Amino acid sequence: MSEKILEVNNLKTHFFINKGVVKAVDGVSFSINKGETLGIVGESGSGKSVTSSSVMRLIPTPPGKIVDGEILFKGENILNKSMDEFRKIRGNEIAMIFQEPMTSLNPVYTIGDQIAEAIQLHQGLDKKEALKKAVGMLEKVGIPAPEDRVHEHPHQLSGGMRQRVMIAMALSCNPELLIADEPTTALDVTIQAQILELMRELRDEFNTAIMLITHDLGVIAEVADKVAVMYGGRVVEQTDVKTLFKNPKHPYTAGLINSIPTLEGDSGRLEPIEGNVPDPFSFPEGCKFANRCPFATDECMTKEPQLEKAEKGHDVRCHRWENLDLKK
Amino acid sequence: MLTYIIRKSFMAVPILIGIATITFLLNFVFVPGDPVRIAMGNHGDPATIEMIREEMGLNDPLYIQYGRFVGNIFRGDLGISYTTRRPVFEMIMERLPATAMLAVSSMVIAILLGVTAGIISAIKPNSILDYLFMTGAMIGVSMPVYWLGLILIVIFAVNLNVLPVGGYGTFAHLVLPAIALGVRQAAHIARMTRSSMLEVIDKDYIKTARAKGLSEKVVVIKHALRNALIPVITVIGTQLGYLLGGTVLTEVTFSWPGVGRMAIDAVNRRDFPLIQGTVLFLAAIFIVVNLLVDLSYGVLDPRIRYD
Repeated sequence: MSEKILEVNNLKTHFFINKGVVKAVDGVSFSINKGETLGIVGESGSGKSVTSSSVMRLIPTPPGKIVDGEILFKGENILNKSMDEFRKIRGNEIAMIFQEPMTSLNPVYTIGDQIAEAIQLHQGLDKKEALKKAVGMLEKVGIPAPEDRVHEHPHQLSGGMRQRVMIAMALSCNPELLIADEPTTALDVTIQAQILELMRELRDEFNTAIMLITHDLGVIAEVADKVAVMYGGRVVEQTDVKTLFKNPKHPYTAGLINSIPTLEGDSGRLEPIEGNVPDPFSFPEGCKFANRCPFATDECMTKEPQLEKAEKGHDVRCHRWENLDLKK
Repeated sequence: MLTYIIRKSFMAVPILIGIATITFLLNFVFVPGDPVRIAMGNHGDPATIEMIREEMGLNDPLYIQYGRFVGNIFRGDLGISYTTRRPVFEMIMERLPATAMLAVSSMVIAILLGVTAGIISAIKPNSILDYLFMTGAMIGVSMPVYWLGLILIVIFAVNLNVLPVGGYGTFAHLVLPAIALGVRQAAHIARMTRSSMLEVIDKDYIKTARAKGLSEKVVVIKHALRNALIPVITVIGTQLGYLLGGTVLTEVTFSWPGVGRMAIDAVNRRDFPLIQGTVLFLAAIFIVVNLLVDLSYGVLDPRIRYD
């Protein structure tokens, strides 16, 4: 078995606001091996971004707090580390790229300065060497004329270019784990494909493990090895990417897959999952998906299902998985 | 950028003429009292008064006086003071060092106090320190500067007897007026810094900076503050312009021989050229400081271009 780079066990991140407690992430477990790509997929509000922010310890406290669980990075629980210790890992061994390339770069500094900053900090290079390395990184992520671009400011670059810069910045210290939070959501489709291709190439080159957060199963199908499907702050299904698409066992996963438009679709209409993710305060008592699930029974409404092992390497959180045939 | 400066300078000309016109009209049309009579007292000989009026051109029709006044301005001549018979420009220049010294030192106090308090309040919003600083700032902006000045005089000059009551010359003379003025400016700056920082601190690029592993200090000072500075610089610029024009109340309270006190004396003596001269001078300073503020935006934020 290959080496685990990240292991998250029973992570609970809650937000304490005036109205009550929002259990944004409520008992999530998964692991990522070296060089592997884990896709975390779910609708808005499913807790996928909070999960990634928790791993980076970027949860705004207050109101947010990691109340339980452990996050093992190379076997060490990062939640037990002091912030000063963790800063040596953050941006160095674990790096992150964000959803909004348009706003994720500081407008008042050149992109070279911003990439060099992390290199100087973690690798102890001086400014000149760091800038040289930044040029090299820009070249790697496919930015033309990197020696000139390095002196430009973010507003002089397009969205796709900026996301490339973000990736260059994140990879500049050769991280072992890259967290990508919806890295392609804000981009045009053609640019999306380029960015995904780039991430794949860089993963192969540096053997970086990737935790890819997305709401887009198409992106998952492109790059992920394993998938965790999240709903209501929990993982509802977890398996490798092929099995997930061929043999989904959770009605929510099946719903997500069915709602992808296909070229050979005959009905001409998309099949959406009915309803919305409920307000965090009004989740059903039992299975959180029960009120939207076409197969829900009385048991589903009252009793919360546990994550069960359906097959080797395939976990599902559903009372009825054995009785449902969701295969396409 | 050079064309921007030149264009702005040309735009200043009509503004200055407008201000000159308004002060001229205010003086001659609305301010009661004859400067010669005030200068001579009640017992002046009517014939002498008439002679002086004639000599000073006060008997000419208004439009001639106005034309002469504006024409002189273009030659850099602000006129001759009625009371001292000396060139107004020279008198202003003589008073300027005192005013500038007070303005700059109070501004230094204000920036140090205000920006620091604003940053601390913004990074720990709703904390005890935040409440403390913001209550202080609220009191600071509502407190009349002459009142604070008097309180400081009572405490430090009268009761403790450690600093002079007023006057000019040594560093000790500077302390109280600089604090009295600085506290008030600090309050404005603190409030602006806080709200501007609060706006910036939640931005995505701050999250990026944290994700790089930078320390909170670097995140706040390097990444947040520079983005938050533009509105703060605007406030500082306006205040500096106001301070350089002479702070009448503070200068009077502390017997500080600056431009502001001279302006008040000029009003009392109906010294029209001196009033007009100081007002014009103040306006010119405001325009220059505003231009500098405009130019500083481009230094702070590369997205701002002048064309």
